[in-house]
Amino acid sequence: MTATVGVSGIGVLGPGLAGWDAALPVLAGEAPLDAAPFTPPAPTLLPATERRRTGPSVRLALAVAAEAAACSGLPPEELDTIFASSNGEPQVIVSILDALHAPDGAISPTQFHNSVHNAAAGYWGIAVGSARPSASLGGHDFVFATGLMQAAAQVAASGRPVLCVVHDVPVPDPLDALRPMHGAFAVALVLTPRPGAHGALGLRFAAEAVKQEPPLPGPLAALRAGNPAARALPLLVALAARRPARLRLALLEDAALEITLAP
Amino acid sequence: MTRMLPLRVSAFTATSAMGVGLAATRAALAARRSGLAPCDLPDMPQGIWIGRVREAEAVELPAPLAAFACRNNRLAELALRQDGFMEAVAAAAARHGAARIAVVLGTSTSGIAETERAWSRRGADGALPAYDYARTHDLHALPRYVRARLGLSGPCVSVSTACTSGARSFLDAATLIAAGFADAAVVGGADTLCRLTLHGFGSLELLAKGPTRPCAEDRDGISIGEAAAFALLERAGPGDSGALGLLGAGASSDGHHMSSPHPDGHGAVSAMRAALDSAGLAPETVGYVNMHGTGTRANDAMEDRAIARVFGCAVPCSSTKGWTGHALGASGALEAAISALCIEDGLIPGCLGLERPDPAFVSGIAVANAAAPLAHALSNSFGFGGSNCALVIGRLP
Repeated sequence: MTATVGVSGIGVLGPGLAGWDAALPVLAGEAPLDAAPFTPPAPTLLPATERRRTGPSVRLALAVAAEAAACSGLPPEELDTIFASSNGEPQVIVSILDALHAPDGAISPTQFHNSVHNAAAGYWGIAVGSARPSASLGGHDFVFATGLMQAAAQVAASGRPVLCVVHDVPVPDPLDALRPMHGAFAVALVLTPRPGAHGALGLRFAAEAVKQEPPLPGPLAALRAGNPAARALPLLVALAARRPARLRLALLEDAALEITLAP
Repeated sequence: MTRMLPLRVSAFTATSAMGVGLAATRAALAARRSGLAPCDLPDMPQGIWIGRVREAEAVELPAPLAAFACRNNRLAELALRQDGFMEAVAAAAARHGAARIAVVLGTSTSGIAETERAWSRRGADGALPAYDYARTHDLHALPRYVRARLGLSGPCVSVSTACTSGARSFLDAATLIAAGFADAAVVGGADTLCRLTLHGFGSLELLAKGPTRPCAEDRDGISIGEAAAFALLERAGPGDSGALGLLGAGASSDGHHMSSPHPDGHGAVSAMRAALDSAGLAPETVGYVNMHGTGTRANDAMEDRAIARVFGCAVPCSSTKGWTGHALGASGALEAAISALCIEDGLIPGCLGLERPDPAFVSGIAVANAAAPLAHALSNSFGFGGSNCALVIGRLP
């Protein structure tokens, strides 16, 4: 069975991709990718005390969420949300692990409540004053396709728009040896029951392995290889081109999400 | 809120400190026997009680899945072996096809204990010894393990919304079924004792000195426990009237603070109302509310007021965390299973360890077990990040 949802807003932030409008020429192949490292912006939506407590993964998530919501024209506080991230805020986890193994063993209460995987969702709710339901998902290397599937299913089942945010930052040393990644990346899509300004997606689950992720130009393929959230890039390229497209993204080693884009 | 398609709970199982499997869980509930004990795990905060499942510690995973070995997946494996759960899933796979059954599971910390162990064995250069991060620590390790163990090939989702994860898995699986991505789903969760969680709650000064006593006037905090609980959900058919089902589910966000609930419980109220609306049920049809009831001063007071706003003062409610401790990301799944047992047995379990509820409370807190025919129960879960989720479990119409 295929779920069909509209795309009404897009946000993106990655090396050389500073927002959807700025990224368009790069995604369309009209400008080169300058994949320089960047610092996720401080979330001005949050009060200063809360803002200081946010780490890079949360900041990345809030930035793309705000961009996609603004682009959709829908009130951000009325959007149900799905946040998906393989690593959450790994800087916090690593700093707690360090503290647990330090002689005094004391960990900070703020760090602990920031260690929950739904920290980004929690700060988003505070930032926009939202009481709407929110889920936070993992997904390891398959986190983008998993988040997109769940968000689209929710739009189809509820008939309400869903803001889907997928964000990941590299894990600090020494855990990076076990979970190697390069470059921060986040993408947000406002999915709607009806076709949106960016067209519509048909989504279907298939119990078949994806032997190869969809082709990308070299520099974008390198971004994708470094960050599981950047597995969104083939879809973003297709959305930027405003051309019909069919893509298959891996949902696990033995499963795929089949995506049909009708611009 | 959209009406939810009612789902049959075709099978369920629970393993926690109060018992391995449903028979032991039932016996402990009826005998009011807590599974909590003084903490005897190394490197944990001093003077606390925990809900430890010792039986899980020696469990071996099947050889082809040995790479998944960690405390969390061992507990999941132990739970899967109980109550004919694996056989029920195999039968469902034969009916629907293995690719039509989703696995949607909640966890807050998955197998992070493996990383904690590795951290204490870092080399002189600070490097970690090799271990399988993806199949242990990573959040997806839990549903991947369970899916592989059950021979399923449908959608696989890991939910991690702190202490609502287990409950939220029911809602997200119901969504996948309603949208046609699956015909059935294995839902629930597993969370296990680890240093990050115990020291984390310790840093917030939220750990009880003895066994947790939710709803007591002098309650002093949480006892952390570990648990795994699973359910098999399928679309309810015309022949399922009277069978156990997931009738409704609702969620909300506080949008207030990262670790403190809104004092007036707005988020809790809207999650409970959304769950009732999605079930198409009026509050007075609910015979028992299984509280989140962590035993902290703030949570229990907030939840008491929220329940009274939705249900008035008459509906009996209690927290079963005095038996199990707070199983965090598994608590919603565990308490959905306990609520299902209460429906089957016609039991309202009273909170453990207190003779009377906090006199400031206004809802119908039960402190002794009582027999009562129950058609519907509502189970609450609330978590950090302002996450709220309520499930309605009961007899299918």
